[in-house]
Amino acid sequence: MVEIVAKSAVDGLVPLEIGAQKLTEAKLGPLTSLMAYNGAEAGLAKALETAHGMALPGPNRATGKDGARAIWFGRGQVVLAGPEPVADLAEYAAVVDQSDAWACVELSGPKAEAVLARLVPLDLRAAHFKRGHTARTQIQHVNASVTRIGADRFLLMVFRSMAATLVHDLSQAMTTVAARG
Amino acid sequence: MRIECPICGSRDRREFYYQGAAVAVARPAPDAGAEAWDDYVHLRDNPAGWHDELWHHEAGCGAWVVVTRNLTTHEIRDVQLAQSVKEASA
Ligand SMILES: [Zn+2]
Repeated sequence: MVEIVAKSAVDGLVPLEIGAQKLTEAKLGPLTSLMAYNGAEAGLAKALETAHGMALPGPNRATGKDGARAIWFGRGQVVLAGPEPVADLAEYAAVVDQSDAWACVELSGPKAEAVLARLVPLDLRAAHFKRGHTARTQIQHVNASVTRIGADRFLLMVFRSMAATLVHDLSQAMTTVAARG
Repeated sequence: MRIECPICGSRDRREFYYQGAAVAVARPAPDAGAEAWDDYVHLRDNPAGWHDELWHHEAGCGAWVVVTRNLTTHEIRDVQLAQSVKEASA
């Protein structure tokens, strides 16, 4: 009988510590995409708030905190990270398990912004991109979700198949930032 | 070049995929006849000036947008969700 072992997308690739920056796996728990049906957004917002205590985030925003987040994830799409979704949500939205589809890492450190500045075509400085802000964009050439989760912490998500590319690109940027002292 | 996505805001051109003239938002009826379909599938204007085109915010929110761009200067005058354009013309 074949033994199947659960393996995270970034298993063996992280943690990394280069200079003052750290790259670790973001263990988010279950990931569920929520796509409201036409006209059902208000119902979904209420159900999400009642069941999981989080507001439904609008474009470019994330709500919740470590352990339970709702992250805007594209047009008409939010990803619930952490809680198992209550059944009620399915009344208002297409609810799809995404848990194993994404590689999720956390980049932290005083120069995390400088690392991302080398890879992301967005102004991620705190004055523009505050805690609770999120964006669908690219990290180098990889489509990604970027969320600020702290003063010097970012949550980065890419398709699982891009995990090694993501870690490679980040480690190179971390190395060059560290070399500048 | 930057494109003002109606959902995400101002974004770098590299996040977008260019599809071509925005004819797809005005697809002929199935029984519109060979001439209308020939025009829709094959014939394109090539103006030295303003042009409505379809772009996909592929590495962003995933929306299709109609970009009104000047082909001689690359100036962008307007960006709207393809859905809004389609609804407005319906
Ligand atoms: Zn967009």
